[in-house]
Amino acid sequence: MPSVTLTVNGKSHTVDIEARTLLVELLREKLSLTGTHVGCDTSQCGACVVHVDGVSVKSCAMLALQAEGTDVLTIEGLAAADGTLHPMQEAFREHHALQCGFCTPGMVMSAIDMVMAHPEGMTEEDIRHNLEGNLCRCTGYHNIVKAIAAAWPVMHGKELVAAE
Amino acid sequence: MYDFKYEKPTDVAAAVASLGADMEAKALAGGQTFIPVLKQRLNKPTVVVDLSKLGLTGITVTPTSVTIGAMTTHGTVAESEEVKKAIPALAHLAGLIGDNAVRHRGTIGGSLANNDPSACYPAALLALGGTVTTDRRTITAGDFFQGMFTTALEQGELITSVSFPVPEKAAYAKFRNPASRYAMVGVFVAKLAGGVRVAITGASQGGVYRHTQFEQALSKNFAPDAIKDITTPSDGLNSDIHASAEYRAHLIGVMTKRAVLAC
Ligand SMILES: Cc1cc2nc3c(=O)[nH]c(=O)nc-3n(C[C@H](O)[C@H](O)[C@H](O)COP(=O)(O)OP(=O)(O)OC[C@H]3O[C@@H](n4cnc5c(N)ncnc54)[C@H](O)[C@@H]3O)c2cc1C
Ligand code: FES
Ligand code: FES
Repeated sequence: MPSVTLTVNGKSHTVDIEARTLLVELLREKLSLTGTHVGCDTSQCGACVVHVDGVSVKSCAMLALQAEGTDVLTIEGLAAADGTLHPMQEAFREHHALQCGFCTPGMVMSAIDMVMAHPEGMTEEDIRHNLEGNLCRCTGYHNIVKAIAAAWPVMHGKELVAAE
Repeated sequence: MYDFKYEKPTDVAAAVASLGADMEAKALAGGQTFIPVLKQRLNKPTVVVDLSKLGLTGITVTPTSVTIGAMTTHGTVAESEEVKKAIPALAHLAGLIGDNAVRHRGTIGGSLANNDPSACYPAALLALGGTVTTDRRTITAGDFFQGMFTTALEQGELITSVSFPVPEKAAYAKFRNPASRYAMVGVFVAKLAGGVRVAITGASQGGVYRHTQFEQALSKNFAPDAIKDITTPSDGLNSDIHASAEYRAHLIGVMTKRAVLAC
């Protein structure tokens, strides 16, 4: 049986897996990190988004073996050891950006990726475009957009001035 | 998903040897199409050959061409300052594919090899008159596409890079399916030294194709009005839950005018 070695939330793991194991299956079933969700079969919902080497990917559309040697960050890896939430998680809570919470792990991971990728600033429209890969059946997105705009200045340590 | 043997070779020759040794071996690029196919058990490969360690990434721009390694992701092309300068329409097109996460993994080689009838890159390659370079030859765009999900690639033949001539002007106008974000109709218009070329994706049952009537009219007069009296027949166009063939026929004219305006 093949094996994969990767870092997940700062911890190194070597796991024996079948070649067909998806990254999301490795996370949920082998490493018991069930915060990453599976919401569809069509790569469209984004509930499974995690970061691999610092960028967002759909962990339902990647083999665990493709993640060999990478650094994976999941929703469980965001809060500090003492429980202090990541600024994006805090903003989601503050702005009521979740209802049932099913889409939330993927939303938060995509949100962090987009904020880090846009240090020049983001308009509300930019935020909405960057959420195209994440579906939410509850909130109607408004509060998710507000939360992301609120987390941006905290994450960048400066005011959010929308770039042209 | 059925299980398979997984290989990650480190040079093109080894990958081609693996793929050539077994008719049921398949290449894996970004996996954004292939992994969903495997999940649905639509394909049962014996060996999956991961192309990620073959060194097929990178972009080379000269005054006359843009050459992109097969494993270069849509995200990299969309954000490349060099591509934005040389062929802004190409960077724009790459940025309209799927969403951020799809663009972080999906590759230009995978997109062209797959030749999905709603995919974007085929329209750029055909309109610009680009070429596909493989481990064994160079194929012109006109010869490469052979109907939906069908290309000139032989079993086990790998795309290594794709080259686009730099046009005078070009633009891509895409009417997206709001859920899947694929093209319901996408039109790539390119004004080249030899005339105007117009490639249509998303619309035809035969996959990407050139709209010769539009090309002739636009070569004479490069303005949206030049095509206003040309009706595109709906015969042979796709009809599905997203749009009827008649609607797609109409969209082809509308999106072509928008692309010409955006040039
Ligand atoms: C939600 C979603 C939205 C999308 N929206 C769009 C869109 O709007 N427009 C669009 O164009 N596409 C869209 N796509 C498809 C996306 O662009 C894929 O990335 C692309 O079609 C396949 O590229 P890949 O690198 O993922 O290839 P893979 O899925 O790994 O491979 C696809 C096929 O190509 C073969 N192959 C791959 N690389 C090579 C190579 N170098 N040589 C020979 N054969 C090769 C594989 O064997 C396989 O058969 C979307 C996908 C998703 C999941
Ligand atoms: S589970 Fe829906 S995109 Fe991955
Ligand atoms: S909060 Fe329920 S799906 Fe988004």
